[in-house]
Amino acid sequence: MALAGLDKKPSILPGATAVVLATAFLIVLLRVENQKAVITLLAFGMVAVVATNWLGYFTPVARSFSAREDALGPFTVVAALVVAAVFHEDHFVLLMLCTVVLYTVATLGLNIQFGYAGVLNFAGASFFGIGAYTAAVLNQHTAVPHLLVLLTGGAMAAMIGSLLLLPVLRTRGHYAAVVTIAFALLLKTFLEVNDILGGPQGLQVRGMNIFGWSFNNNIEFAGIQLSFYVSYFLLSLMILIVAFLLVRRVERSWIGLNLDALRLDETAASCFGLNIVRWKVTAFLLGNFLIGTAGALFGMVGGFVQPNNYTFADSLILVSILLLGGIGNPWGVVLATVLVVIVPEKLQVIQEYRFMLYAALVMIVLLFRPEGLLPRPVRRYFSEWRS
Amino acid sequence: MDPGLIAQHTMNGLMLGMMYALVAVGFTLFFGVLDVIKFSHGDVLTVGAFTALAAFIGMRSIGVTSDAAQLLVILLVAIGTIALLGAVIAKLFVLPLRTAPALNTLLITLMLGTVLREAVRLFYPDGANPKPFPRLLPSDSINIGNLNLRLDNAILLAAGTLVIVGLQFLLNRTKLGLAIRAVAQDEETARTMGVNFNAVVLITFAIGSALAAFAGIMNGLYYNEINFGIGLYLGVVGFSAAIIGGLGSIYGAILGGFLFAALQTIGAVALPFASAYKDVFAFAVVIALMAWRPTGLIPEKLSERV
Repeated sequence: MALAGLDKKPSILPGATAVVLATAFLIVLLRVENQKAVITLLAFGMVAVVATNWLGYFTPVARSFSAREDALGPFTVVAALVVAAVFHEDHFVLLMLCTVVLYTVATLGLNIQFGYAGVLNFAGASFFGIGAYTAAVLNQHTAVPHLLVLLTGGAMAAMIGSLLLLPVLRTRGHYAAVVTIAFALLLKTFLEVNDILGGPQGLQVRGMNIFGWSFNNNIEFAGIQLSFYVSYFLLSLMILIVAFLLVRRVERSWIGLNLDALRLDETAASCFGLNIVRWKVTAFLLGNFLIGTAGALFGMVGGFVQPNNYTFADSLILVSILLLGGIGNPWGVVLATVLVVIVPEKLQVIQEYRFMLYAALVMIVLLFRPEGLLPRPVRRYFSEWRS
Repeated sequence: MDPGLIAQHTMNGLMLGMMYALVAVGFTLFFGVLDVIKFSHGDVLTVGAFTALAAFIGMRSIGVTSDAAQLLVILLVAIGTIALLGAVIAKLFVLPLRTAPALNTLLITLMLGTVLREAVRLFYPDGANPKPFPRLLPSDSINIGNLNLRLDNAILLAAGTLVIVGLQFLLNRTKLGLAIRAVAQDEETARTMGVNFNAVVLITFAIGSALAAFAGIMNGLYYNEINFGIGLYLGVVGFSAAIIGGLGSIYGAILGGFLFAALQTIGAVALPFASAYKDVFAFAVVIALMAWRPTGLIPEKLSERV
């Protein structure tokens, strides 16, 4: 029986090849500085992706990813570590990688809310900011261990988010959207006018320090100089792995099933005895917790927080990432964050136009491929089953 | 408090309320005919204000100096352009997504708003900085006690009232209005009665966007300054106003607009904390109102309950 199962199990090879190629491409892209070369490279990448799609090579990749995630997940982590190792001295690239990883964590949080439970949240950046401000205040004024600060940042975001629970639960659709949009504006205005929290100038954030190991010092290891961002990157990656596993487990479990039912038809779900309130609350708070945790670490990585980094436009970027990647698919979120964060940084020409380009891109996606770049696959409970 | 001062604040509140109400009416009109939220509405307003400014600069450069002529032309140009823009947006981005989930329409128009806003910021000459808007209305004023009643404000208020009354007339007394109301009530029946659905939708979007352009010019004339961000702010406020009033109801939208302005004025004047917190207060009340009345103060007729 086991053998019969193994026969049908898709090979790990296509997925692994895709990861290796993508990593190699990413390393070259990050290495290149010349603007013409960057454009050529991106054009080449786009043509390659379109051609691969046209030749039908993406189907085996998708199959091996959905069936052999247990092996490909660690493989992707290794790939990320390889990228970080290649750029171990480059502050700028490592900062970018940290941003990618932490934005991914935040978007995974949003994914639980939007993608599974269907709870709208247009204030993602605000909760991210709450995490960062929590880190700033706690690191400055208290001796709370910094790892605990991260969790407190998440808890703070969930707690302030729970003030919105009553209106979020009672409203639906467009009415629910306005609650979070109003909150996003409220919070930004509040941070701007509040002198204790630094007003428009914001606050400095002290760096991470675990058991006397200060993250803000460069590391010398066996004669090799490592950028101080390496430590931040490793910690971010660990958080991402935990968040990813959590989201995956939630999706696969009966909780995920309940959330899906609730999103697809609230009325039907409640007729079948699902506790709508409980699952909406769970999804909203859990999502905000992830967003806040990522925000707290992001504040420490960046070194300062200011209201202008957590505006409604930034919340829309988080939503764009989710839509671009494919709502409900964590792998899509990873891919889309890499694209959305790294491409404008490398392509200086479009840096100024990035908000506009993201927005236009999302419009195109919504018009022509509403399910995103990597659509969410059907759950596979038994990998031996033919899908 | 001094009655003159109270009258002054009331006057300012009424001005704000009029602008918010005009934007909110647009939201509610769109929701009425198509059951969608067109979130780019606020940024359409920005484009309208900037079109008016460009028209003014064009007029000045060809040597037209009469205030009245300039005002008339910028009104016509901006309202015409924006009405067209509204119809084009409906045709290209809203109607094709009719079968998709409502969230997609909300998102695509949010993103369209971002594109418009960024386009103004990046492509209008020096668009990232606030632009002075010309004073085209007579700025005489009379003082009654502490109340400084400016003629231009009074004209703006009267014009806003006239526009809203005109819209009421259009909706309730004309054949087009009947068609719009028919589509809002039941699309299918309206179609079988020979109403050209697509045309009515496009016209409604044109009307709503024209209102936004009018509100944008009003905003420019009132503050004598416009920037690329006014639309986002007015859009969110107008959306909140339409929602607290109750989507789909014109009266609700007007009520919501004035209510929001009243909240801001109270937040700025009567409450014990700094006036910078007025928006915090106003939005907090909006959220609280949503919790109390989840479908607005004047709710939609149909509501699904479990």
